[in-house]
Amino acid sequence: MAVKRAGFFTDTSICIGCKACEVACKEWNGLQGNAPNLLLDSLDNTGQLDAQNWRHVKFIEHLPANGNLVNQPADTGGGQAFLMMSDVCKHCQHASCMEVCPTNAIVRTEFDTVYIQQEVCNGCRNCISACPYNVIGFSQATGTAHKCTLCYDRLQSNLTPACAKACPTESIKFGDVEQLQQLADTRLAALHQQGYSKAQLYGRDDKVYGGLNNFFLLMDEPEVYGLPNAANAVLPSRNNLPGYLGGLVTAAVALVAGLIAFRRRGDTPPPSDAAPAPVGVAPLSPADSAEAERP
Amino acid sequence: MLLAEHFVKPPNWTWLILGYFFLAGLSSGCYALGVMLRLWGRPSHGSAARIAFLAAFPLVIVCPILLTVDLGQPTRFWHMLIDSAGGGLNFKYWSPMSLGVWGLGVFSGFAFLSFLGEIWAPVGRLLHSLLGGLLLVVGLVFALFVGAYTGVLLSVSNQPVWSDGWPLGGVFLASGLSGATALLLLLIAARHRSQVAASVGALGEADRYFVVIEAVLIVIFLVTVAAAGTIGRLFNVVGIGLWVLVLVGLTVPLLAHSRSRVLWPVLTSLLVLIGVLALRAAVIFGGQS
Ligand code: SF4
Ligand code: SF4
Repeated sequence: MAVKRAGFFTDTSICIGCKACEVACKEWNGLQGNAPNLLLDSLDNTGQLDAQNWRHVKFIEHLPANGNLVNQPADTGGGQAFLMMSDVCKHCQHASCMEVCPTNAIVRTEFDTVYIQQEVCNGCRNCISACPYNVIGFSQATGTAHKCTLCYDRLQSNLTPACAKACPTESIKFGDVEQLQQLADTRLAALHQQGYSKAQLYGRDDKVYGGLNNFFLLMDEPEVYGLPNAANAVLPSRNNLPGYLGGLVTAAVALVAGLIAFRRRGDTPPPSDAAPAPVGVAPLSPADSAEAERP
Repeated sequence: MLLAEHFVKPPNWTWLILGYFFLAGLSSGCYALGVMLRLWGRPSHGSAARIAFLAAFPLVIVCPILLTVDLGQPTRFWHMLIDSAGGGLNFKYWSPMSLGVWGLGVFSGFAFLSFLGEIWAPVGRLLHSLLGGLLLVVGLVFALFVGAYTGVLLSVSNQPVWSDGWPLGGVFLASGLSGATALLLLLIAARHRSQVAASVGALGEADRYFVVIEAVLIVIFLVTVAAAGTIGRLFNVVGIGLWVLVLVGLTVPLLAHSRSRVLWPVLTSLLVLIGVLALRAAVIFGGQS
């Protein structure tokens, strides 16, 4: 299926946490995975997105504040929910990683996705400090940064990305972003009609990083899933102007301080200075004798 | 109050980057002091300016080495400057890392020129001409940029603490100037005292101004970080220890110089330098904790 603007619509309301997406991603992309780790964190033993995990199924045990009473009428499952979400690079329209990358290793592809060119990346890790979604990981083995490519090689062959292909519930839907958005709007309306008033789309419009090619249907607020809300979805470059201005003002004040200190002081050297330089002390440069003659 | 939400991973910038930030701050500070002393200082400051220029270049040449070793692919350092995929230059003015690499390169050139001027008379004479004065002023601009940009580099991210504190550029610049002043006083105390005793008082006075500027900026920085709700990261057990060192580095020059301009110059300067290093360590590691 040829797409102009490729993306995923991940409907978390039908994710069952089977991790087929994680496995398919690793298999297609030849990712070894990290050493097994018992995280004792719900059903999660992946931990986070990194150089070896380009898909990560998050498990969020969301308990109500009312002493865990299950039958309290509330939005989802009596206020008690076991939320699952297959997380991935969002392929942001305004991508923080791309903004800061000094080598231009991070580019936008012909499919409108965000891609790290492995042969260009020099492993400075600036993108890691910039990505607000904890997506990019550094590989010691390659010395470079890695993340989901949205199966760039499969896209070139008109194939569906491996994770979407493997997802048994079609929680991960792949396609052209505009079409996915329509699909998401319909699904959201249905959920609202069923009484899930907290259900919401994340990244479907341009409030979050100009829109996300990989956007989500969430059953609760973004923060619950570890995603910044729209007010906090900010680009690193927001600090350029105040940062440099702060530096400029500091420089100006420091220069004035230097001017005061160096003009005011130093005109009355102690008598010992008038004596010839002792043997073994480096002679003044030719420049200094020139200065000494200055009025 | 809007608390910042951060779900970002640390880039693992550690000791090499700390070393780079420290040396870049000292080198740019030395160069800036050298220009200030030479261009608008009293004639008796000539020797102090000379020491400043002699120190700036050796300090800055270590910087690209540290930066390169820290890369995952050190042999691709040049990718920072040249677009290895499409040809042409890589210059992204909105990315402080890109801008900084260029700025550091140009500043190194100026630092080298001034170093040369101190050891080779023909260049020394050139730098004392009108053209030389102009070159020093341009070099000063790049020195001040290098002193400040490392802080801006941290701010231009989505990392907690770093991105919450936009005044970091000014903080690092002021602290670099203070550290460079301490280094000059140390070098003077170690070797050149008889020639530059006249400058000791002036440098001490400048240092007092620099630490006051730095202290004000640190307070503004801490307020911005507190407003974002991430200040706790700066004050874990190690962090508290580092901030104590920062505080000592800020207050010692004020106390020492208020009693006597030469009171324990070596100890005072060492404490200031440790404070400059501790400040960078507190910020670098605090933001990644
Ligand atoms: S989610 Fe992170 S890595 Fe992916 S495009 Fe956005 S900023 Fe870049
Ligand atoms: S690690 Fe690679 S992709 Fe990331 S900013 Fe540096 S050069 Fe760019």
